[in-house]
Amino acid sequence: MRAVRVVAVNVFRESVRDRVPYNLVLFAILLIASSYLLGQLTAGQDVKIIKDLGLAATSVFGLFIAIFIGIGLVSKEVERRSIYSLLSKPVSRAEFITGKYAGLVLTLAVNVTVMAIAVYLILAYMVWTEPPTIRAGWDAPGLDPAMLKAILLIFVELMLITALALFFSTFSTPLLSAGLTFGVYVAGHFNSDLKNFDKVVSSKVAAQLARGAYHVLPDLSAFDVKTQVVHGLPVTMGYVASTTLYGLAYVAGLLLVSTLIFSRRDFK
Amino acid sequence: MMKRRDLAMVALAAVAFAAAVSLQVLRDGWYPRDDPEQEQILYVRSGPALQRMALSFDALLADVYWIRAIQQYGGDRLSGPGARTKYQLLYPLLDLTTTLDPYFNIAYRFGAIFLSEAYPGGPGRPEQSVALLRKAITVMPNKWQYYHDIGFVYYWRWRDYQSAALWFNRASALPNAPNWLKPLAASMLVQGNDRASARFLWQQIAKSEEPWLRRSAQRSLLQLQALDQIDQLESVIRRFPPAAGEQYSWAGLFKRGVLIRQPVDPAGAPYVIDPETGHVRVADQSPLFPMPEEPRRLQ
Repeated sequence: MRAVRVVAVNVFRESVRDRVPYNLVLFAILLIASSYLLGQLTAGQDVKIIKDLGLAATSVFGLFIAIFIGIGLVSKEVERRSIYSLLSKPVSRAEFITGKYAGLVLTLAVNVTVMAIAVYLILAYMVWTEPPTIRAGWDAPGLDPAMLKAILLIFVELMLITALALFFSTFSTPLLSAGLTFGVYVAGHFNSDLKNFDKVVSSKVAAQLARGAYHVLPDLSAFDVKTQVVHGLPVTMGYVASTTLYGLAYVAGLLLVSTLIFSRRDFK
Repeated sequence: MMKRRDLAMVALAAVAFAAAVSLQVLRDGWYPRDDPEQEQILYVRSGPALQRMALSFDALLADVYWIRAIQQYGGDRLSGPGARTKYQLLYPLLDLTTTLDPYFNIAYRFGAIFLSEAYPGGPGRPEQSVALLRKAITVMPNKWQYYHDIGFVYYWRWRDYQSAALWFNRASALPNAPNWLKPLAASMLVQGNDRASARFLWQQIAKSEEPWLRRSAQRSLLQLQALDQIDQLESVIRRFPPAAGEQYSWAGLFKRGVLIRQPVDPAGAPYVIDPETGHVRVADQSPLFPMPEEPRRLQ
């Protein structure tokens, strides 16, 4: 366990050295600027748009971090040949993979937390400046705690994408890993279409293959509850919990397969 | 400390950027590229296709289309009555917005008011308003406001009081519906319409939380006030007609001591009198122009 922690902390430190936190500054500037500009442009829909923009930006910035750092977690060590000195220490390959993953998830957690705080601060400002008559017209309260459900599911989705990027990076080049991860990300958002493929094709085999693909590919559209929380529609705790557990189970599966592939790699 | 050579390079870069900006400004002056006809382009018109392309960012894309819809509407409204493609994109933009985010309440209500507004204030397409509101009802069947808005379009734009009453009745049966909807539906059935009903409906809309909706309602209330004033003025003019061979004019009325000053509409613009018939109307330059076609009372 100690080895996992040491690897994870090093990944986190490295991401800070790589200036990943700069994206947080960019995010904050984007939100502050937009909150002013949107008020002029959106005919009273500024709070909705700030929520939409805040949640979408959290998701996009997190996606970039997950993919572009995730694909380099293993390959960088191999390129720099630091993998030899690492594996000569009392660190198993499973601990190495788990530690690398945990480090990036920690980076993502810090990013998502700071972005969530920034969104809530901007919303608090809006609540403070808008009169009660305007606030009464909002679909959901400005400082709606239900937004945390969407943020949690974004975070779990990012955990899953990180695990995917790490999985691909254990056996392919960084460029190919990025392409594959992004491809699965896109396919994962169309996943629900595969479920109902039998309604558009007559072939039973094709329908069953599509159904199989539905279960094999990550169901990423399930993590998207942004529209619901922005409009104050109910998102049950049961849904959030079951989707989170689904994500964690998928992550566990990917980490185990990544460890298996990485254990078989020969670095001689 | 910066070296001299570095400073020179920074200065040169600043000069180069300044030159680029100056050339851009000059070129835009020499070869203007703002073609309003060209701006009226919507590359993707299929909402479901856009929804797929947006992945999980459909709500954000809906916001982009919403901003475009209100910018387009504002631009068209200010562009003068001559523009050929005026308001052409308002419905498709609102349709895309509400397909991408089916709970975008204000986009439906914006469409209800402005799609049905008569030209040049709007495209004068009440059927598009109703189509958008029917789409809202399929997503949120318990929101009485959409039923009310459809009733309003039937009443105010189509003068179809039976259908308006039907929709007001449907709205009144929904949860949280205000208690004035039922009597309103009844009055529609009994007397079709009078100015008092119109005033009442606009007063309800003027209570909305949306500033633009309030502004639109306040303008309509001023138009109703102008209609009252025009009635009073015409009644006075009928009682004091000009001498045989003379035309109707404000000057003639002042001379005969009927009026002491030029009457102005509630927005402050002087009324216009028809020299032949003596009919009074708001001036073309008035913020209240064009006036709504007034609903008629049922016989």
